[in-house]
Amino acid sequence: MDNLPWIFISALLVNNFVLTYFLGLCPFLGVSNSLETSARLGLATTFVMLVTAVCAWVLNTYVLIHAPYLRLICFIVVIASTVQFIEMLIKKLSPALFRAMGIFLPLITTNCAILGLAIFATNRGYGFWEGIVYALGAGIGFTLALVLLAGLREEAELSSIPKLIQGTAMNLIIAGILSMAFMGFAGLFSST
Amino acid sequence: MTAGANRETVTPSSLRLVLTLAIAGLISGIAIIGIYESTLPTITANKARELREAVFKVLPGVSQMQALVYRDGELVVVEEAKKDEPVVYGGYDDSREFVGYAVPAAGPGFQDTIAILYGYQPAQKLVVGMEVLESRETPGLGDKIYKDAEFVGGFSALSIDPEIVAVKKGTSSNANEIDAITGATISSKAIVRIINETHTAWSGKLPAPGSEPSIKASEPTSAEGGQ
Amino acid sequence: MKNNQSYEEFIKGVWRDNPVFAQVLGMCPMLAVTNSAVNAVAMGMATFFVLVGSSFLVSSFRNWIPKQVRISCFIIIIATFVTIADYTLLALVPKVHKELGAFIPLIVANCLILGRQEAFASRYPTRLAVMDAVGMATGFLLALFSLGAVREILGDGALFGVKLFGANFEPWVIMILPPGGFLTLGVILLFFNWFKFKKDEFLEDVAEAERSGH
Repeated sequence: MDNLPWIFISALLVNNFVLTYFLGLCPFLGVSNSLETSARLGLATTFVMLVTAVCAWVLNTYVLIHAPYLRLICFIVVIASTVQFIEMLIKKLSPALFRAMGIFLPLITTNCAILGLAIFATNRGYGFWEGIVYALGAGIGFTLALVLLAGLREEAELSSIPKLIQGTAMNLIIAGILSMAFMGFAGLFSST
Repeated sequence: MTAGANRETVTPSSLRLVLTLAIAGLISGIAIIGIYESTLPTITANKARELREAVFKVLPGVSQMQALVYRDGELVVVEEAKKDEPVVYGGYDDSREFVGYAVPAAGPGFQDTIAILYGYQPAQKLVVGMEVLESRETPGLGDKIYKDAEFVGGFSALSIDPEIVAVKKGTSSNANEIDAITGATISSKAIVRIINETHTAWSGKLPAPGSEPSIKASEPTSAEGGQ
Repeated sequence: MKNNQSYEEFIKGVWRDNPVFAQVLGMCPMLAVTNSAVNAVAMGMATFFVLVGSSFLVSSFRNWIPKQVRISCFIIIIATFVTIADYTLLALVPKVHKELGAFIPLIVANCLILGRQEAFASRYPTRLAVMDAVGMATGFLLALFSLGAVREILGDGALFGVKLFGANFEPWVIMILPPGGFLTLGVILLFFNWFKFKKDEFLEDVAEAERSGH
């Protein structure tokens, strides 16, 4: 249990999903043009990641021991259907929450960050609580990266930038600089 | 083009939908099981060979090995360790004499978890070899923990009683001190810490020197065939 | 005419609609494994296999798959091919598999592959669908290779592990670290933008000249 803080910080900062694993780049570059949307998307992603961690743990513990080769198909099918089910549940129970993150849920399910989370957690042999903490760290880290980029992009839109560099090229270079900044977090836990 | 034109315009029955998915799933299942079964022998052999090579590397003079786990207060020989069960590999020389343990260990490094295997000789309490199995340390700096021959070589006769200390390059004088790599101090210290921690965790479980489990009568051909 | 069309489908994927440089698709798995040319090519080949195989199957069965469950069917087909690629790589080249690690299963989530099934393979005859897939996959492979080569040359002073420069070359380590992936792709896209700008300018000049000429 003593490695839980390390798992959290590692997923949140040192090995940020977007900035060091390049996972979830499509929403990172596509949606991150407004701060509010980014924050909501991040919230929804964190939620789906938590659900994914639970699904992955259940599958790994009870199903995939007997059939490791079905891992990929199981992950995709089970995660997608669970998220769809929860989406319907939220719609019924809390319309406010549904408005805040509902429209993103189906989109997120096909996001590679979600599948990546399930696969990384499996490869590292995480147990139940480790998986949950890992998902929490990864989700908040994703939100952090998304919000940071959105903030920078909102600023960039107000300044005059040569037409040539506008668009994806500029976003990638900004992301590169952000990624460099995040490299500074490496060694947080081992330097003691 | 004919886009969508030759698709049914009427809604197909749900039976047909379920049937299509079921058939797709069935065929994919068969294909996956087929490829899994046909590649499994090669994959298992590759993994076993990799492990064997690593064990032989960290324990010089070893030509046979067996997996050992700690169960019910003693070290027992197993074919294969259970998942999540700590395991060490006993190494034996040509005359079936015990040489030392190869101990897998892992812990946080500079960037991500580092997994290593180290050779340990209980009689003299010496670390006799170290091999990095997995790491994502910074290329050019942290990756010297396995690329720097001098650093790796430093583990060839290192006393672990008292515990290993990483010191500034060129200042190691005691038997339990090792030169850290310049520019990769954190990664070097991480390796040392991983070894120390794993050593402490195992120290109460390994039997007294001289009473290690002897090697099971294994097929010597495969032991030599692996090399 | 027919051959022409196949050729068209092929060349469009390689150059004009290159999935990475022109459409910025399928980047999630690609940036992480482009830290060396070998890894990039291995990932490109795996994607090639998955994309061409799935396109062939989807197109062959396009009249059998009901519209309502098509996405699920596509995903099952793609996941099957990815699992096959995963185990084959693990058995044949365990070293490369170790480097690519968790990123091979992630080919499933590559938007390029599902996108091609939905937009092309499920609508067109098999031959065209396969040509389209081969074109797109080749384009993807080339894009991965160029990124991997640039990053390895600058970050390690080598290509395919062969040292190119003398001992005096100080490698730009940052290029094989994650930021290098973002920066390299950003700069390459910049180059493509510039190329498009020049082309548009040239076309405008031609149009201008024609107008004044007549």
